[in-house]
Amino acid sequence: MLHLLKARLRHGYQAIPDPLTVGIDPAFPGLPELAIDADLELLSELCPTKAFTAQGLDLGRCVFCGLCSRKHPEMITFTPNYKMAADSREKLILAPGQIALPKMDFVLPRKFRYSFALRSVSAAGCNACEMELGASNNVNFDISRYGVETVASPRHADALILTGPISRNMADALNETWQAIPEPKYLILCGACAISGGLFGESEAIDRAFLKHWEACLYIPGCPAHPLSIVSAMVSIMRGS
Amino acid sequence: MLKTDLSFTPALEPVQPVTLDSFLNRTRELATHGFQPLALFGTDEKLIYALLGKPHELELFCTPFPQNLHYPSLSREFPSFQIFERELYEEYGIIPTNHPWLKSVRHPLQGPVKIEDYVFLKSDSKLIHEVGVGPVHAGVIEPGHFRFLMRGEIVEHLEIQLGYQHRDLINMLCEGPLAGKMPLVETIAGDTVIGHGTAFCRLVESLSESSPQANDIRALLLEMERVAMHLSTLSALAGDVAYIMGQNLFAALRTTVINSTLSICGSRFGKRALCVGGVNYPLNKTLIDTLKTKMQKCAVQIQSTSEAMFASSSLLSRFDDTGKISSADALRFGFTGISAKASGIAVDARADFPIWQYPDFAVQTEATGDVYARAKLRYMEIMQSLQMIQELLDQIDPSAPIQAPVKELIPDKIAVSIVEGARGRIVHIAKSKDEHSALWYRVIDPSLVNWQALSMAVAGEQISDFPLCNKSFDLSYCGSDL
Repeated sequence: MLHLLKARLRHGYQAIPDPLTVGIDPAFPGLPELAIDADLELLSELCPTKAFTAQGLDLGRCVFCGLCSRKHPEMITFTPNYKMAADSREKLILAPGQIALPKMDFVLPRKFRYSFALRSVSAAGCNACEMELGASNNVNFDISRYGVETVASPRHADALILTGPISRNMADALNETWQAIPEPKYLILCGACAISGGLFGESEAIDRAFLKHWEACLYIPGCPAHPLSIVSAMVSIMRGS
Repeated sequence: MLKTDLSFTPALEPVQPVTLDSFLNRTRELATHGFQPLALFGTDEKLIYALLGKPHELELFCTPFPQNLHYPSLSREFPSFQIFERELYEEYGIIPTNHPWLKSVRHPLQGPVKIEDYVFLKSDSKLIHEVGVGPVHAGVIEPGHFRFLMRGEIVEHLEIQLGYQHRDLINMLCEGPLAGKMPLVETIAGDTVIGHGTAFCRLVESLSESSPQANDIRALLLEMERVAMHLSTLSALAGDVAYIMGQNLFAALRTTVINSTLSICGSRFGKRALCVGGVNYPLNKTLIDTLKTKMQKCAVQIQSTSEAMFASSSLLSRFDDTGKISSADALRFGFTGISAKASGIAVDARADFPIWQYPDFAVQTEATGDVYARAKLRYMEIMQSLQMIQELLDQIDPSAPIQAPVKELIPDKIAVSIVEGARGRIVHIAKSKDEHSALWYRVIDPSLVNWQALSMAVAGEQISDFPLCNKSFDLSYCGSDL
């Protein structure tokens, strides 16, 4: 018992007091800033997921590998801003010169304001997004303080949070889990793989037909999405941003 | 400065195919003399390669696909071959006759059975009922299916069926320039970025005969990854037996460790850190000092939390004697990492196939092979790695170059790269096609061989101990499924 108390005391207070405003290590690559005169074609050649298009940088494809910013820091830099979620696929495209993502319009019905239950499905995720989703509910980030919980049964869920690019072998299981969630239900895509297929968009072992039928209400970029990105995104759809 | 020992990421001349008989005889001979299969696989050249190894010795040989696509199975005599023979059958239709159970591994596109059509083992006894779990599990984890044959509350048999995570990753490694595949390699298993990343970098460097910089930063990141993964497992193990304080403290300590990795490279998982030729981000003096203080503080906290945890009698009553793997089985099945070391088998690539010199490194083992042994050993390895981290931080020269130029690959070379990741021995082996790309590339994650251990450990246990046993092995789904 004394051991226990000693360990506990030595540990101190670990919770982040306010995960919505806390600062993060400047080494963290968050929301990028694209120079107004950035050569998008040149950057696209470097990019492993071809996230650069004529319109700008698609944060839904970006894996934050930093290849572009290390080679051309004059064209692109990654700021440590971890708030980079969007409520539509189009809003994830960051134009040159743009310094913030558009405001989110989507807000959940009021009954979910203090209670929102998630059923997580990993469909060929590499376990990085899965671990970050798990970490969102550890003592540091503690997403349950906002009333967000992950539940075991889809019958108890309000939303499905998807990680991974959806392998052909998981396509059925994902669909069945989704069908088992009662209405009203919401779909959340977490990480580059879930949003766009990421590095696996072209793989024949991937089957993304599910996303042709169902539209997500929230997109959380990252490779993996950082717990602070996840927490702030969830709170913004629950409370409005 | 750590020196690399190129002899254990050897670049080999393409080996000349031998006859099937001499291939099988040589395999049997080596296997009876303490060699373990590190890899056995087919390639589109219509060759079967076997890579066998024992400490400081590797042997690679190959044979053409047998005429009638049949050969006598090795698995009954040497069970460590069972998974490789199944893989070979699934990918190339080559049948090992008399294999104990030629079940599918990961259901790839060209495989003989679709995952939806797979038929699980059944029992016709009226005393047996079935429990199916997954692929979608109760928590936030990767998918896989566990099918239990139960006699009351006792597990008679556990069948593990994987493949849900299959992304066709190794074929993607062969499309386009190999040196540019780092982001893809980082997703082999997103929790073993540095383990697989180091194996990949060393392999490409070996194929191009280049000598990398910043080995000490790579070694530092590798040990930090080990500490983080072991902490994550200890946290989950504590959670599984409702020892909530251990669950929370170890999770918070893992946060400190992975946030330190983030301060080096920007990613909590070490993504972005490595590149062929070295590393992407230097460590300056201030960062080195901060890391030293943080890791020192972590060591003290981990020690006090672990001492408290391993003194808890309610926790020990769940850990002790649960999910046992005998040392004879660990050896016969060729288990690796904690799964072998906790059963008294001292296998560790840092000692057996060192890519760097590890002064005074001694492989730690536990004898009992149960959940307790695997948990305790993780704690012991954490403390050993934290010690190594301090030494590495003392060695790192902030002004040393961090990248060497990347050279072209030498065509038609085979290279092998072996790294001890948090889960055990990671093997990468590839053959270059031309100056840029690979003809074939194989990844053998330690979990591929270790999943069998979980199935064996729960046989005869209560089903309520399954989550605990599962977590004690901490195996990767995507690393196996690729």
